[in-house]
Amino acid sequence: MKLNIIVLAKQVPDTRNVGGDAMNADGTINRAALPAIFNPEDLNALEQALRLKEEHPGSRITVLTMGPQRAADILREALYRGADEAVLLSDRAFAGADTLATSYALAAAIKKIGSCDIVLCGRQAIDGDTAQVGPQVAQQLGIPQVTYARRIVSLQDGHITVERGIENGVETVKAPLPLLLTVDGAAAECRPQNVYRMLRFHRAATPTEQAAEGFRYSAQVAADEALTIKEWTLADVGGDALRCGLSGSPTKVRKVENIVFQAKESKRYTASDEDIKSLVGELLSNHTIG
Amino acid sequence: MNNILVYCELDAARVAEVSLELLSKGRELANRLGVKLEAVALGGDLSSVESQVYPYGVDTLHLFEDERLSPYTTQPHTSVLCKLIEEEQPQIFLIGATVVGRDLAPRVSSTLGSGLTADCTALEIGDYEDKKNGTKIENLLYSIRPAFGGNIVATIVNPHHRPQMSTVREGVMPLVKCQPDTYVGNTVKHNVEDYVTAADFAVSIIERHVQKAENNLKGAAVVVAGGYGMGSKENFDMLHTLAHLLHGEVGATRAAIDAGYTTHDRQIGQTGITVRPKVYIACGISGQVQHISGMQESSIIISVNSDHDAPINAIADYVVTGRVEEVIPKFINFYQQKQ
Repeated sequence: MKLNIIVLAKQVPDTRNVGGDAMNADGTINRAALPAIFNPEDLNALEQALRLKEEHPGSRITVLTMGPQRAADILREALYRGADEAVLLSDRAFAGADTLATSYALAAAIKKIGSCDIVLCGRQAIDGDTAQVGPQVAQQLGIPQVTYARRIVSLQDGHITVERGIENGVETVKAPLPLLLTVDGAAAECRPQNVYRMLRFHRAATPTEQAAEGFRYSAQVAADEALTIKEWTLADVGGDALRCGLSGSPTKVRKVENIVFQAKESKRYTASDEDIKSLVGELLSNHTIG
Repeated sequence: MNNILVYCELDAARVAEVSLELLSKGRELANRLGVKLEAVALGGDLSSVESQVYPYGVDTLHLFEDERLSPYTTQPHTSVLCKLIEEEQPQIFLIGATVVGRDLAPRVSSTLGSGLTADCTALEIGDYEDKKNGTKIENLLYSIRPAFGGNIVATIVNPHHRPQMSTVREGVMPLVKCQPDTYVGNTVKHNVEDYVTAADFAVSIIERHVQKAENNLKGAAVVVAGGYGMGSKENFDMLHTLAHLLHGEVGATRAAIDAGYTTHDRQIGQTGITVRPKVYIACGISGQVQHISGMQESSIIISVNSDHDAPINAIADYVVTGRVEEVIPKFINFYQQKQ
């Protein structure tokens, strides 16, 4: 069975490695200090797509992201890792979207891609940690969802069997296609970028990038259709502007505060024998431990 | 109408602790708004739900009893809740931010087209000024949550859509019983057939393994936690020796887990477990906000770190500056001697 697989991906600031320079003095985030990366769990989702393709030759993997032009970087990365096609959904009308408006736009783009058997995405993105977009896309496409997926056990006769994480355990579920799977970080890691694919696809670019001054691969792009990353606007996917971006977002951010922890007076010790001995003595005598 | 509704998650016949925490908070918010607190439970055996939830001050309990509703699957629970919400028109709908809640809440919110805020750590009632058209909306739900890897706290509101939906993290709201065990509210038993269709049962559970949690991190009096600074899995394993000696549990930061030092179920922090032990020993943990937000309420904090200026030291009661692989064996040694 040839499958049409869509992988949803997001470019995120690497919030896992927030260093001292990541926060400005006024408490706002210094985005420039944080590298923009492929959301980690979306890579786990891509790996599941690549495995499905290996087991079902002739399948096609399309990676879709919504974001500004620079998000094309993760689409190229997806191509290096084995995706067949990439789509950038980019429009000012999408700016300021909450999860509901985001899922509306993504669902509209998926409908434009056409028939699909499986939509895969990460369980959540590390900048928002909401885990909402996957289920909301599934609902808007009218297909079932299986969240927290760890492993695809089998796919046959129009049904998929998936192992998923639950509180303190695992569950195996069977569901009809088409469906949406959100994949969590406990699933297999994504395979590395393939050097031969990098040699070819580092020239892949969106029409906007191709039109920019200094683009060096015009000849190659003209000769190889696969090097054009599709770029869709709201009008291309036929969406309703009122359901996108800020106007399509029921939730509003009222206030954002930097977190400040109350500093305490602390007792200081070195690693010397005497110091550790006296620390243990104090903790025992004041019944902190023991 | 316009009441507060809480989804009661069930583990077999037992109502999840996070749901009872939400009922406690829901009661407080309902009193503040002068409305009723309603609860909804779906499952195969609901015979003991009334006695579990009424002490928390529930006014109306909606029961949907059907074998097919347990264990949880997405679509039938979504269908029941969406129809119930249409009938009852609650202004606020709260769900625990568990695996079930985080699967269910976005599906429901998307069906209803209402706003949803994930993983809240605080809920308040307040006003909102819509700067666009200069109107002021009173008594909105403030859904307060950490964002951006826990580095900021955002207050989210839903000015124009109802219900205002939030999922709330486990362990952040205190349990408050406000009624005697004999108190009984108004129980409404619904006919499940009126709320679901056969198509809702397209996804089936083939197999289910639930183990007793391998650790008791949430309830441990002593937590020994390791970060990326532990340097290796071998070093990290020393923490188990120390925790065992102190009758405690081992926890970890997300970075330590990403590095493969220990398992996901031990993660403490914004996207892991929130702990409040008597003693928290932080080993090789620099102290990113993501982690600190999950342990800052520990009574005594001891930090062992080679960096004298590690951010976690600011909130520690005792700071040992030194290499973990040197300090921890010494600590274990002197502890055994003195005992």
